[in-house]
Amino acid sequence: MLEETLVLFRNIRNPNYDKSLKGYKNAGGFMALKKALEMQPDEIVQLTKDSGLRGRGGAGFPTGLKWSFMAKGTGKPTYLVCNADESEPGTFKDKQIMYKDPHQLIEGMIISAYSIQAKQAFIYIRGEFFEGARILEEAIEEARAKNFLGDDILGSGYSCDIVVHRGAGAYICGEETGLIESLEGKRPYPRIKPPYFPAVLGVYQCPTIVNNVETLCNVKHIVEMGGKEFAKIGTPGNTGTRIWCVSGHVQKPGYYEFPCGALTMGELVNDLCGGLHPGRELKAIIPGGSSAKVLRADERFTGKLKDGTEFDWGIWDIPMDFDGPTAAGTMSGSGGVIVMDDSTDIVQALSNICAFYAHESCGQCTPCREGVQWMRKVTRRMCNGNSRDVDAELLLSIADQIEGRTICAFGEAAAWPVQSFISKFKDEFEAYAEKNIVSSKTGSGQLV
Amino acid sequence: MLAPDTQKEIAQLLSRYPIKRNALLPILHVVQKANEGYLTPELLEGVAGICEVSQTHVEGVISFYTMYKLEKPGKFHLQVCTCVPCCLVGGEELLEHVEGKLGTHAGHTADDGVFSVEEMECIGACSYAPAVIVNEDYHEKMNPEKMDRLMDELRSQGEAHA
Repeated sequence: MLEETLVLFRNIRNPNYDKSLKGYKNAGGFMALKKALEMQPDEIVQLTKDSGLRGRGGAGFPTGLKWSFMAKGTGKPTYLVCNADESEPGTFKDKQIMYKDPHQLIEGMIISAYSIQAKQAFIYIRGEFFEGARILEEAIEEARAKNFLGDDILGSGYSCDIVVHRGAGAYICGEETGLIESLEGKRPYPRIKPPYFPAVLGVYQCPTIVNNVETLCNVKHIVEMGGKEFAKIGTPGNTGTRIWCVSGHVQKPGYYEFPCGALTMGELVNDLCGGLHPGRELKAIIPGGSSAKVLRADERFTGKLKDGTEFDWGIWDIPMDFDGPTAAGTMSGSGGVIVMDDSTDIVQALSNICAFYAHESCGQCTPCREGVQWMRKVTRRMCNGNSRDVDAELLLSIADQIEGRTICAFGEAAAWPVQSFISKFKDEFEAYAEKNIVSSKTGSGQLV
Repeated sequence: MLAPDTQKEIAQLLSRYPIKRNALLPILHVVQKANEGYLTPELLEGVAGICEVSQTHVEGVISFYTMYKLEKPGKFHLQVCTCVPCCLVGGEELLEHVEGKLGTHAGHTADDGVFSVEEMECIGACSYAPAVIVNEDYHEKMNPEKMDRLMDELRSQGEAHA
């Protein structure tokens, strides 16, 4: 029986865990902070680099490297922002941490803020996590009362405070510069990079680091065990554990923490999540939130990994880490694994995904603003029984004109599902036109 | 005129940021909640003044973010997720069931004002799908029968407090 390696979930999996400050301390909490405050900030940045930690929000960018981009000597204050906007369809891991072990996030944040010399940190939490915001506010109060936050933390001379800032329903606030705009009280229009790299011109045009919840929690563990020890978990280039979320057509949907590379897709879906429903066969898996390219059940993935070894995988063989899904032509993204069996109408599923991106586009960039509405209309028209022979080609051409032509990665996020669904399931799209199929649903109700 | 409690909350929020505009979104949440879940032109004007921004700026914000409402929602606002993970396991059928039961479409309040329905994008409950938020509370692993029971329960609650 596969057993989780509990690093971030150590407390969360304990049914008797008391998530108050007292409970967290009893479970060994805030020892890492004490240790960190005795180190120099630069030492912690180096530790994070040594650990090989990669961002857990979706892009997988090396965290230590990102921190080292902080503009120095500007004379401006610096800021740390926790991206708790978790809105990628299929993803619900950060919620578990915030709701069930908030002090882990707080400790990770204080250590991270200290290492980038930020005196002010924000948690940007999506508006729909009402209870999560309350839990975090309470936890921050507790931490302040015990001098883990505020002035002169634990007599170290370092001061820091955390503000919880609630969003109000906009997926694009998960994009770091969109988040920053929203934090400043505006529409969340992402900023163009360069020059608006947050590390240079972030919150209030000051050097800022934006990190995901899971990433910041990992920092606490890196300080606790040491960067090189942390790097022993997982595999080279894919260190530490990751939290995988599984939803859709499995018997036991859920979330699991495992070292990178310790699980294959098959073990995650079939062993841990009980596999497909009786009598059903796999049709497709989206491995990293809806923005990730879809994988077809009968696909074969071959090539060479970064270290030169050759691979030849079926869908169940794909290692669950960063590089495995990338090698298979997709990405691990946010870790949201969505399983679709043969009862799935692929055109309808894509229509649902197109509706999501059409709803969430901020509208700044013409190719995205116009393209996502157009893709939504085409897929919806198809589901309504009015498919045309040219629709698959049309959708691909629209997606191709969005990708690479936008201020932020939302363009790619909207284009990749269309490109991958159509290229891998061309037969289903063509069947819609040939057979005048009317979908049982339009993929979603009235949203767009 | 904002209630003293609301004013106190607003003052607290303003104190957290270097400029007042930064507190706009949190203040809109507070003001909306204190006004039965929606915002009026007068309230928006007031908030614009408090945050020292133009009314156009406030209009721009509330027209973008889905959680700000200009129409009074029902006593119980049913927010049904219809994103891919929920739809794979019956999210759209659940929405249709609720719409049918209330005789109204998503985005509207049923005539008696008890319930309103809204379609949601992924609310982060994918392994407990289909999921619904009622006002601020998550209800997970829902189906039409459980939804019916929940709505009946809520309706009686609503009547008890009428």
